[in-house]
Amino acid sequence: MLHMMEHAIASAPARKAPGLTFAKVSRRNFLQGSAAVFAVAAFASEADAFARYKTGGDFMPHGLRYDPHLFVSIDADGTVTLVAHRSEMGTGSRTSLPMVLADEMGADWSMVEIVQAPGDEPKYGNQDTDGSRSLRHHIQSMRQMGASVRHMLASAAAKKWGVDASAVTVGVHEVSAGSNKAGFGELAADAMNEAVPAFEDLSFRDESQFRYIGKGNVPITDLHDITTGKAMYGADVMVDGMKVAVIARPPVVGARPVSYDASDAWNVPGVEHIMGLPISMPPAKFAPLGGIAVVASNTDAAIKGRDALRIEWGPSPHDSYNSDAYMAAMREESRKPGKVFRAEGDAAAAFAGAAKVFGQEYTQAHMAHAAMEPPAAVVSVANGKAEVWAPVQSPYGTRGDVAGALGMDIADVTVNVTLLGGGFGRKSKCDFVLEAALLSQKLGTPVKVQWTREDDIQNGFNHTVSCERVEVAMDAGNKVVGWRHNSVAPSILSTFAPDSGHQFFIESGMGHVDIPFEIPNLSVENGKAMAHARIGWFRSVSNIPRAWAVQSFVSELAHEMGRDELEMQLELIGSDRKLDPPSQGFPDNFWDYGEVYDEYPIDTMRLKNVLKLAAEKGGWGRAMPKGEGLGLAVHRSFVTYVAACAHVKVMDDGRVTVPEIHMAVDCGFAANPERIRSQMEGAAVQGMTLALHSAVTYENGAAVQSNYHDYQMVRSDNFPNRVHTHVVPHPFSVHASGVGEPGVPPVAPAIANAIFHATGKRIRDIPFGEFI
Amino acid sequence: MAMVSINGEDRALDGPDDTVLLWGLRDMAGLTGTKYGCGTGLCGACTVHVDGKAVKSCQITVGEVAGSSVTTIEGLDANGDHPVQVAWREANVPQCGFCQSGQIMQAASLLAENPRPTDEQILQGMSDNICRCGCYERIVSAVRLAATGA
Repeated sequence: MLHMMEHAIASAPARKAPGLTFAKVSRRNFLQGSAAVFAVAAFASEADAFARYKTGGDFMPHGLRYDPHLFVSIDADGTVTLVAHRSEMGTGSRTSLPMVLADEMGADWSMVEIVQAPGDEPKYGNQDTDGSRSLRHHIQSMRQMGASVRHMLASAAAKKWGVDASAVTVGVHEVSAGSNKAGFGELAADAMNEAVPAFEDLSFRDESQFRYIGKGNVPITDLHDITTGKAMYGADVMVDGMKVAVIARPPVVGARPVSYDASDAWNVPGVEHIMGLPISMPPAKFAPLGGIAVVASNTDAAIKGRDALRIEWGPSPHDSYNSDAYMAAMREESRKPGKVFRAEGDAAAAFAGAAKVFGQEYTQAHMAHAAMEPPAAVVSVANGKAEVWAPVQSPYGTRGDVAGALGMDIADVTVNVTLLGGGFGRKSKCDFVLEAALLSQKLGTPVKVQWTREDDIQNGFNHTVSCERVEVAMDAGNKVVGWRHNSVAPSILSTFAPDSGHQFFIESGMGHVDIPFEIPNLSVENGKAMAHARIGWFRSVSNIPRAWAVQSFVSELAHEMGRDELEMQLELIGSDRKLDPPSQGFPDNFWDYGEVYDEYPIDTMRLKNVLKLAAEKGGWGRAMPKGEGLGLAVHRSFVTYVAACAHVKVMDDGRVTVPEIHMAVDCGFAANPERIRSQMEGAAVQGMTLALHSAVTYENGAAVQSNYHDYQMVRSDNFPNRVHTHVVPHPFSVHASGVGEPGVPPVAPAIANAIFHATGKRIRDIPFGEFI
Repeated sequence: MAMVSINGEDRALDGPDDTVLLWGLRDMAGLTGTKYGCGTGLCGACTVHVDGKAVKSCQITVGEVAGSSVTTIEGLDANGDHPVQVAWREANVPQCGFCQSGQIMQAASLLAENPRPTDEQILQGMSDNICRCGCYERIVSAVRLAATGA
């Protein structure tokens, strides 16, 4: 997402991807081309094995890479080492992408080792692990590199044995021709000296021959290390001579310490330095907030020292930020006309001539990411160079920011990527790494910066706070003829550029202007809201409040009209079609998650299909016992379609429980169904958490909540007990999309809609608490 | 300086006796499998065993465990094959993995006290441990698998 932010600031609109065409390579072409000389074991059917398509990966900074020498090495003993260039924060990309390469190559997974790439996009291509993009953008290059190595092994074998290449077969980790046989290791040195074939000269495996792709039979790469405590996260890095810093940051953004008393902090054994860090004021991108750092010989002393500081903070222009008053003002704003982002037909006329108008407001509080691993990073600045070890989603972006902060050339900065103990967008922002870098530079020793949980909840980059007003106009026949959706929420852009109070094309592309309903008159608007805290992106981003609003509204509207919700929603979505943004009033800078629209269009058939699937599997329409109900919601985000059918049981004491939830997901070709399931399970839990619990509120500019007692998480004593994931099957030709984020948005409205059916109580504000 | 038996080995932890055990384990004993998640006993990421029972290591000092026997995830089983660890791998439980040491230590303690827990006892027994990725369904399955083999 970061590069999009920078782009949004640097330029203005016009983000239409250039119309690019791509040679479609069919199996027939392969057989006629030079690839036909290899009778690679992969040949099976006449079907198109792999017709390459365009993704947004080509438009990302540094694009994609196709040279297997960058990602694959084979040892003489047959060990295949594959590079994982995306950050692992729990989605499984560190497993799934190398798995794709290994399968196409013919490697035996038990012979594969994974190494993590440092932040080096000029070498590895884009590494910004964000936006549910890893599989979506990189699955094709992984297949291509795998096929390339397979061809190179075959070519080397043919030369070695003096046989025609057509006689060579590449099996699993083994190459043969007649009585000649060799393992990958024996051929490795020669193979890697072979020329890398052009895409057009490659053959690809038929899907029927996949051993790992689409099977879900590969355990995650770090499974053993995680279960034995050996897996390395940011804070686990220990460097000789390293000091640990814990920082007191301003409770209100931009406040400066007027004075501070460090006498008690100095009394903590192990405290070695106490020093100020410059205060920043948004927009400051990822600049540290600043404050007072306590540097100690160990973490225990650094925390105790920091907590012993007595600081008097000066004023900030954001001192008057109070959540209750702010929400009331946003509600008011949502009822006024907003800045129009999409106009189709004539909404004003539709509302003016309506037989009936129905509208509601839906709100969401700020959220903190609260990944289990609070931000932590180690930096060693010495001899004009900086070495970083950190759990970062954007390792190359971090490298550039560290170089900038330290006044160094980027070539003198190394960023080693550890595992991320959860990311959810928080670890796209490298302020915590910059803190360690600045302290290390100043002290001349390696420094680890450790954020406490309190720091994480109070000083992060919040998910925005929002009020979404949705209104429809109905004609005399009760047909919906007008739609108005005014979204009011401070923008992420305020972290990067002077705040206009308005959202920008990325936020409006997430369930706002892309509303898929077949309504003739639409006005999609954005009211003004100024930011008073650091706003950042949180898993699923603006899709959460939009799905919350729209999907709750559809349920309410159906009830208002005495209609069945499923039927009503299917009618609103309308005919099977692909939306046509230019003719439907979409803004010129409409953002389809950075993709070329025609490759990933908004397809109402797929949207309706997942909704129907979830409804069917969840038993929509069946009679429910007293206090129980079903709820539906569907949302397309990150070019993936997900629907949820939640079964809610409200206990006698009002406790909301979710015995089961059905998640139907259409993410195109499913490369690793096992990790798709785990993402849907996780989305159900995180969706329930944000529905019930997640609120960071502000009083006089400072966050009220501080730890898991008042910023609660769903736990094992009350979580969606059974998540049924239904993956819509597709061949490879239906472009794979990602699943890291799209599962979350439909969960909260599905639960709230189910609560309505269980109790008759309509909820319009999240979080709503565990007891209703 | 406290003398503590950690994973069967007597260790001198080079810090004041009021050092929080979590940081003593991580920074002084170099055992980083035990994680910091909240510092207030609310998340369970730092769970270890003290004399065989699950304890949140952020809520106890090294002085308080002097003379006791502390087991961390690194010492749960010499080969990493404690039934709970095996079950965890069987169920492919983790997503990011950060909370999993604590979850496994909690589960091992739970099963040591109650080898055949009911589902309800598992749900309640694991409820001190937060997983932000939301692996609970698999955690519960893995605990059941470790207990019953199914």
